[in-house]
Amino acid sequence: MFEAVAFYLFAALTIVMFTITVMTSQALYALTAMAAGMIFISAFFFILGADFLGAIQIIVYTGAVMALYAFGMMFFDTTRNVIEKRNNPRFVVILGGLAAVLVVLIVLAPIVTTDLNAHYPIDTSVGNSQAIGMVLFTKYLVPFEVAAVMLLVAMIAGIVLAGKKMDKSLTLMADEEIALMHALSHDTTEEKGGH
Amino acid sequence: MDMAFIIETIIKIVVILLVFSALAGLGTYFERKVLAFMQRRLGPMHVGPFGLLQVAADGIKLFTKEDIIPQNVVKPIFKIAPVITAATAFMAAAAIPFWPEFSAFGYKVHPIVADINVGILYVLGIMAVGLYGPLLGGMASANKFSLISAARSAAVFISYEVISGLALLAPLMMVGSLSLIDINNYQAGGIGNWIVWSQPVAFILFWIAAFAETGRTPFHLIANDHEIIDGFGTEYSGMRWGLFFIGEYANMFFISFVIAIIFLGGFGDGSIAGAFQLLLKVSFFFFFFLWTRAAWPDVRPDQLMWLCWKVLMPLAVVNIVITGLVMMF
Repeated sequence: MFEAVAFYLFAALTIVMFTITVMTSQALYALTAMAAGMIFISAFFFILGADFLGAIQIIVYTGAVMALYAFGMMFFDTTRNVIEKRNNPRFVVILGGLAAVLVVLIVLAPIVTTDLNAHYPIDTSVGNSQAIGMVLFTKYLVPFEVAAVMLLVAMIAGIVLAGKKMDKSLTLMADEEIALMHALSHDTTEEKGGH
Repeated sequence: MDMAFIIETIIKIVVILLVFSALAGLGTYFERKVLAFMQRRLGPMHVGPFGLLQVAADGIKLFTKEDIIPQNVVKPIFKIAPVITAATAFMAAAAIPFWPEFSAFGYKVHPIVADINVGILYVLGIMAVGLYGPLLGGMASANKFSLISAARSAAVFISYEVISGLALLAPLMMVGSLSLIDINNYQAGGIGNWIVWSQPVAFILFWIAAFAETGRTPFHLIANDHEIIDGFGTEYSGMRWGLFFIGEYANMFFISFVIAIIFLGGFGDGSIAGAFQLLLKVSFFFFFFLWTRAAWPDVRPDQLMWLCWKVLMPLAVVNIVITGLVMMF
């Protein structure tokens, strides 16, 4: 009974949140509603007993992905409404409707054929973090390792890109030095044939 | 699920909320007294004996103050941001075992709201969500300094979440479980079994990250004192500002519990002596937050990022690799 109540509650909350995300013209509402929606989705994992995936859903989507969106929003004036340019609203409605129907079909397709078999049935003798570990390190080992290497490369590249002038601190330099540095960097870009 | 379970859980939640809200209030008193002692002042003295009722006076002031909503702010987001800070702080407490099991009136009590088997992951995740309080508060405020402060706090939180996550990985590899109770039981053998002896680097890294994630002094960039205003909280007044404060102090207590449970043996074998030892350890870590505030200046933003990405993160990764090698061979 509690699971049903929790499911319908969180389903309604998730739908409302993502509707706000799509419909609003205020960037801050969209950001907040989407972050909240991501947290509400984690509730479904908790209801299904997949605690590990639930916690990961919160950490990855709300803690990391949405926080990066928020970083992007710093460049805009988020207290103003966004004025959208709608050239062909009918086209948008048709495409959106088709996409929605397609998603429903994709989700419903396996339910129609009643003989559902889990490739990896739940092993009750181990906890669900162990179960995920087993699947990740047997069937999905190569994609998992490739993803890990790609993330490592991205991290190192990020540090290299951001750390280029880390040894120089603008707060510790005199004004003349800063002007000199800007002049120098301007020269080098011109020498490289920028213009 | 029976009725007893629901009633028990609700009682636990209410007790935790009441105790830690009160502690957050008392925390401000301790902080002022400790800082005053270290700076050779008296601190709060006038309200009540030793200024003890200052907490109540501050509380009444915050509750009765006018709740000012400035004109150009994004109202719903501006209103909800302090609630996010306080709520996430208390939600994180759901997976923390505050006390070993005990029986009262013949009824066995587990002093943990939800004993999920990914406890530490849940606590870290919810604390990560706490970032949205300062972030949304600053962005909705229609104030340039609030916005800059929000950007700074987002940068600090995201960077130091990497440190706390990587630092915890090494001890978790040794324990082989994400449950805080399992981690505690792993060290139940006494002081020699504490993880701090086998993982000193991870301990120091996580401790440093704890300062950043609660926004305490060496990393107090979130509300930069040098700007004379209160960072993302500039436009707030009354209880909404107070909620930011409660969230910060509750977070300090909860992260102290987490450090004590993961690295310093927690409540040990579950005896009453062990339980009081846990409270002593937590008190020490809370005191250390205040001590650092009295003793250290703030670091600059570039120093903060330098420390995070060029010193702490490589150290954490090397620590994980070495731990892995030691466990394999």
